[in-house]
Parts: sequence; C-alpha cells; structure tokens
Amino acid sequence: MSFPWAEHYTPKAPLMKWVDERLPLPRLVYNAVGAGYPVPRNLNYFWNFGVLSGLALTIQIITGIILAMHFAANDLVAFGSVEHIMRDVNSGWLLRYAHANGASFFFIVVYLHIFRGLYFGSYKAPREMVWLLGLVIFLLMMATAFMGYVLPWGQMSYWGAKVITGLFGAIPVVGEPIQTWLLGGFAPGNAALNRFFSLHFLLPFVIAGVIILHIWSLHIPGSSNPTGVEVKGPQDTVPFHPYYTAKDGFGAGVFLILFAIMLFFAPNFLGHPDNYLEANPLSTPAHIVPEWYFWPFYAILRAFTFDFFFIPAKLLGVAAMFSSILLLFFLPWLDTSPVRSGRYRPLFRKYFWILCVDVVILGYCGGAPAAEPFVMISQVAAAYYFAHFLIILPLIAQFEKPDPLPGSITEAVLGHADGAPVAPAAE
Amino acid sequence: MATLEDTGTQKLSGGESTSGEEGVRRRDFINIAAVSFAGMGAVAVVLPLINQMNPSADVLAMATTEVDLSDIKPGQAIKTIYRSQPLFVRQLTPKEIAEADAVDPTTLRDPQTLEQRTVDGKKNWLITMGVCTHLGCVPLGAGEGENRGEFGGYFCPCHGSTYDTAARIRKGPAPKNLEVPTYRFTSDTAILVG
Repeated sequence: MSFPWAEHYTPKAPLMKWVDERLPLPRLVYNAVGAGYPVPRNLNYFWNFGVLSGLALTIQIITGIILAMHFAANDLVAFGSVEHIMRDVNSGWLLRYAHANGASFFFIVVYLHIFRGLYFGSYKAPREMVWLLGLVIFLLMMATAFMGYVLPWGQMSYWGAKVITGLFGAIPVVGEPIQTWLLGGFAPGNAALNRFFSLHFLLPFVIAGVIILHIWSLHIPGSSNPTGVEVKGPQDTVPFHPYYTAKDGFGAGVFLILFAIMLFFAPNFLGHPDNYLEANPLSTPAHIVPEWYFWPFYAILRAFTFDFFFIPAKLLGVAAMFSSILLLFFLPWLDTSPVRSGRYRPLFRKYFWILCVDVVILGYCGGAPAAEPFVMISQVAAAYYFAHFLIILPLIAQFEKPDPLPGSITEAVLGHADGAPVAPAAE
Repeated sequence: MATLEDTGTQKLSGGESTSGEEGVRRRDFINIAAVSFAGMGAVAVVLPLINQMNPSADVLAMATTEVDLSDIKPGQAIKTIYRSQPLFVRQLTPKEIAEADAVDPTTLRDPQTLEQRTVDGKKNWLITMGVCTHLGCVPLGAGEGENRGEFGGYFCPCHGSTYDTAARIRKGPAPKNLEVPTYRFTSDTAILVG
C-alpha cells in the first residue's frame, strides 16, 4: 500500500505500544496522514483542496448537528424555527450563516479539487477509482445540499423542491408516481420536509464513509503530482507529516480567513432574499434559481426548449443534466493520452481553459432569467461541454504531440537527476 | 464437523457419479430453499420501507375540493387549492372563447379543443391545475393584473411557458397543456373537483 521506503510506525511510550498491539488505530493514522505516507516532493497549492474539502465537511457536520438541535422539521413551524435560530438562539445567527456559507465554500474547494484533477490528469490509470469515488462524493454532496436548502421552508426552498422533484416527473410513464412517492404527497409538504431533514442528516456521514474509500484508493498508487511522472525512488518523495501537514495547514489558514470574511461581512451575498419569505404554494417567486453551485447544471437543463425525435424537451433537458455528470464517470477512458499532466500537453491545455470558460458561461446563464440571449448562449455552451469530453478529448489524445516529460520528479524540481534523498535538514 | 465431512463425501461421490441416480443433492436443495426463503423475506421487509414514502392517509383525505363559482365574473379567475396544489377557475369572456376556437388544434403541441377541455354546455368555465407542466411552477394570469402572456391565457415566469385562453401550451418548454382535473357541476354555480 505504500512505498518500501515509507517510515515505520514505532510506538515508544508503553501505553502506545499496548494500544498498538490491541487496536492499531494510531498506526493507521500514521500511515495515512502522518510520516508513514510518502508524497511526491513537488505538490503545488492545488493539492491543498482535498484536505480543504475535508475541513469544509467537518465545518458542515459540526454546525449542522448544532442547528439540528434548534430546528423543527415540520412545515407549520420550520420557517419560524429558523428565524428563532437567527434571533433567539445564542450565537444561532453565526452557526446558521456558517452552515449556509460553509456549503458554498465546500463547493468552491470541491470544484477546484475537481478541476485540479482535470488539468493534471489525476483521473488516469492507476487512479481511476479515486476519480470515480470522488464523483460519487460529488453526487452525494449535491443531493445533500439540495435537501438542506429545502429545510428553512422559505419560498426558494419550497419551489426548489418542487422544480427538482419535478425533474423525476419528466420520466415517461412512471415519472409522476415517482415524484409523488419522493414527496409523499402531490406537492412538497410536511412529509417531504421531514424525509429531507432525515436524509440531510444521514448523507454527510455517508459522504465521510466514501471519503475514507476515496483516500484508501488514493493511497494504493500514492498521490499524483504536477508533472504526472510517477514516483521512481525515495528522492522523489517527502513524508506527509510534517511537509504536507504544514502546507495544508497554511492553506487551511487562508481558507478560514476567506470564509470568515464572507461569514462576517457578506453572509447573505450568495443567498436569495426570496428565501426569507415563508413557503407559499400559491405564489411562485418571479425568478426561481438554485444556489450558485448548481447553475451550470441548471443552464444545461434549461437549454432544451424544443422537442427532438419525438422526445419531449423536458425529458431531454433532464437527461442532459444528469448526463453532464454521469459523463465524467467515463472520463478515464475517454482521454486516452498516456501523458497525465496538462503541463506537457500544449493542445489539451488550451482546450482545458476553454472548458473552464465554458463552464463559467453556463453558470452565468443558469443564474440568469430564462430569456434570450441566455437560452441561446446556454444551448451553445451546453453543446460545447459535451463536445469537449466526447469529441475533443479523444481527438486530442490521438493527434497531440506532447512536450518532453522530465525523467523524474526530482529532475523536474532540481533541473538535474541528482538522486540524493531529500534530507529534512537540506530543505 | 459432521457437516463438513458430509459435504466432502457427498461432493466426491457426486463427482464420480455425474450421470448417476440423483443430479440434485439434498444439501443443494436445502441451500436453494433457505436462500430463496430468506430472499423473499427480505423483499417482504423492503416493501413497507418503500411504501411508507407514498402519500399518507391524511394527505389522501384532502383529495376533493368544492368551489363556489357565483362570484366569478366573465374575464375573472380565482386561485384555490386542490390536493395542496393551486387550481385555476376562470370564466372566459366571449372574446376569449372565440380566440381559443380560432386556433386549428392540429397546429398545437398538445392538440385539444376548448370543448374537450371544458364540460358540455359550460364552455365559459375553464378549470385547470395552476401547475406548469414544465417543472411545476405556478403560472401567472389567475390573479388581478398579472401578466397573461402573449396568448392571453397564462404565463409561467420560471421558464417562459405561455398558455392560451384554453390553457393550452403555445410557446416555451412545457410539453403539455395545463392539466384539467376531473370535476363535475353540483349546481349551476358550484363544482366538485376530484
């Protein structure tokens, strides 16, 4: 599971020896995120976002468990209980704002983590399983975030729940019974609110479980690195602790500063004023939009305004939206180039940045009203999104002439293959 | 111990006499029977776990609604609630009826005439769900002074679906006309929906 030169866990204190012989949990931690895990010496700050995602999940679980102590999951009182948290509960406003903005920050770091993987080819063999499990985590996060947004039972909560469960109504024949079954009624109501609360509490722990699998599968080949060249010897790695615990600690500090700025100075910047109105089944808000992290997918959903081959537009939109994520599960086999890192792939690099711009455009259109020119722009941008993965990537892999790769990580770092192991004193 | 030995000897003898007197061993039968029985039990347990998510009795009990039509003037509409979803009840003006009849239904996305969408002899009463068939928003047009869209019926603000004066889809992403629920006139001025 690790390189042969990994440092070994040797408990010194008698108590730790006693524990190690009976339950080697400290040994597991040492080998996973301690000095026992050798990591490429050349990781840049983009490699911080995995740990930052874990930090964001921790913030969400802690604030969420506390909020659940004060929240009442009943459609008659849910909205009031959220206002109670905001006005009456000691520090309730802080915890709720931390939870709401924490969700946004969780998605920010996860998106950076995903795009890091896309640029540096982290999804390629032998790390396909890491990528697939990461996508499972992403899907679970989306479900969790959606259900959490319903809980305050404001206008956006209610209508968001109605529109998103309406997506299942687009499935032929069984769609409407499925929608009624998901909601426990003909429209969102107490039954839906309660089950969403129950699942919103459960799923973060499922995410934590899949994260363990994600890290486990990562530690079998070991972490990738910005050159995409595999580790060749002890000179290419440093122990995770103290090198990357320190680097991740610095990243966590920056993350928390930005989080605090948002939390204390602009806590409602990413929210919608309509969600401070209690849910009203008889009045639709003028402009229903999901939270910003769903905008690119929402734009793809709304891009289909016409029937095609007798398939209704609604079903096409729903299918396209789900495909846009499911497509990523096939990415390791769509990009067949043997070179991992975008650093040595001049053509791939250009199209990677075009994809980034495309996703930002999709996001902008998803947040805009459903009117021209946004519909037309989302249609073009959605088509490009699919073309990038299904046409452009496989073609680049065929025709691109990659730049020469460095002989090893050490050579890339030092400019020469010196072969001397990294001594802590020399760093 | 005894079980293990039994299995071992049976396997051996079974392997030797493949075309022998019995193709199926007693143990195979017990194995399949036990696993099938446990599997059926597991399915039986899953059924209530899934079924509990369907609408409960109190939700289903609210399944009919009575509406008094006496105060609704021609050109006016009201919003009421049917199965915890909005219901639009609208009395059409003669002009609106003429507009709806002027359209050739075969040119529509969901071809229906106004007659098919209303009760015989009560063509002026348009009773539909106030739920956009795209993704379930409440269209505008039933309230005083709301935007009725370019076809004079209903307009959904979410994704721009536009319905005409027979609440038929004319423009935008919605696939179907606004749903007409089952209802009957209990008197000249009252209906029972559901």
